[in-house]
Amino acid sequence: MAHDAIDQEQVLASDWGGGRSPFDVGWPKLMMWLFLVSDTLTFAGLLAGYGVVRISLGRWPVRAEIFNLYLVGAMTFILICSSATMAVAVSAAKRGDDRRVIPYLLLTVLGGVLFLLGQAYEWTHFIGEGARLFGNPWGIPQFSATFFITTGFHGGHVSVGVLYLLATALRWSRRSIQPESVEIAGLYWHFVDLVWVFIFTLLYLI
Amino acid sequence: MAEGTHQDGYRIYGVVWFWLLVITLLELGAVLVHLPHTLLVISLLTMALMKAGLIIAYFMHLRYEKLSLAYAVVTPMFFLAIVLFAFLGPDALSVLHRR
Repeated sequence: MAHDAIDQEQVLASDWGGGRSPFDVGWPKLMMWLFLVSDTLTFAGLLAGYGVVRISLGRWPVRAEIFNLYLVGAMTFILICSSATMAVAVSAAKRGDDRRVIPYLLLTVLGGVLFLLGQAYEWTHFIGEGARLFGNPWGIPQFSATFFITTGFHGGHVSVGVLYLLATALRWSRRSIQPESVEIAGLYWHFVDLVWVFIFTLLYLI
Repeated sequence: MAEGTHQDGYRIYGVVWFWLLVITLLELGAVLVHLPHTLLVISLLTMALMKAGLIIAYFMHLRYEKLSLAYAVVTPMFFLAIVLFAFLGPDALSVLHRR
């Protein structure tokens, strides 16, 4: 018993001593995690900038009168569903449940496309009401500027994610990737959902 | 970690999906019933953090990764939040008061 404990201690201590993988994940997955940490800083910067202009102005348009919260709620619903289908696709790939991988990947893509359509509709409506990047009828230029830049950045991430998932589905169907690649694509997709949680809360609700 | 016996069956994703939806509906509800402003902000931020936790822990699987990876990812966020609130918050308020 005591011998086992000492062994374990030595194993823990040698984690960072070289020759082992301290995080116990492959390098592609670790790289995706690190990229996501840096991408978090990007969105944190955008949202913090939004917070600063909004607090320092002391007034802000009433969003519930400008945006259709039900549409935004539906878009949020779609993105959450697509994240759940992605999680199933990843799990199926890892456990060798082959017939579930492609359908659930494509369902996830469908969710992403529907989300983008919702956003395109929302932007069109917003621009139709007179909102521009540097001005809008509500008299607070920072309002439309932060809205377009933040949701645009997120929409860009969703668009890239849709392409990424399509490429992953294609490569999976050709059996040219490992389950880990599906998992890494999943990490990216969940991150896009994660960012939307904060955009939804901070830009639309608060 | 054996296939199929691992705790993460498909069921867990359904459960997480359900709670994410419930919290989203609660968020919308909090706005639609016009909670007092401070209470609204606090409850919305709490619910957003709960959703983020669910997504990161279960969808992104961080709960099942080695603890060192979780620390490497979460620690920067913790300091980021402190820095943003500590430096930008007072700045924004001082601009507001000078107006």
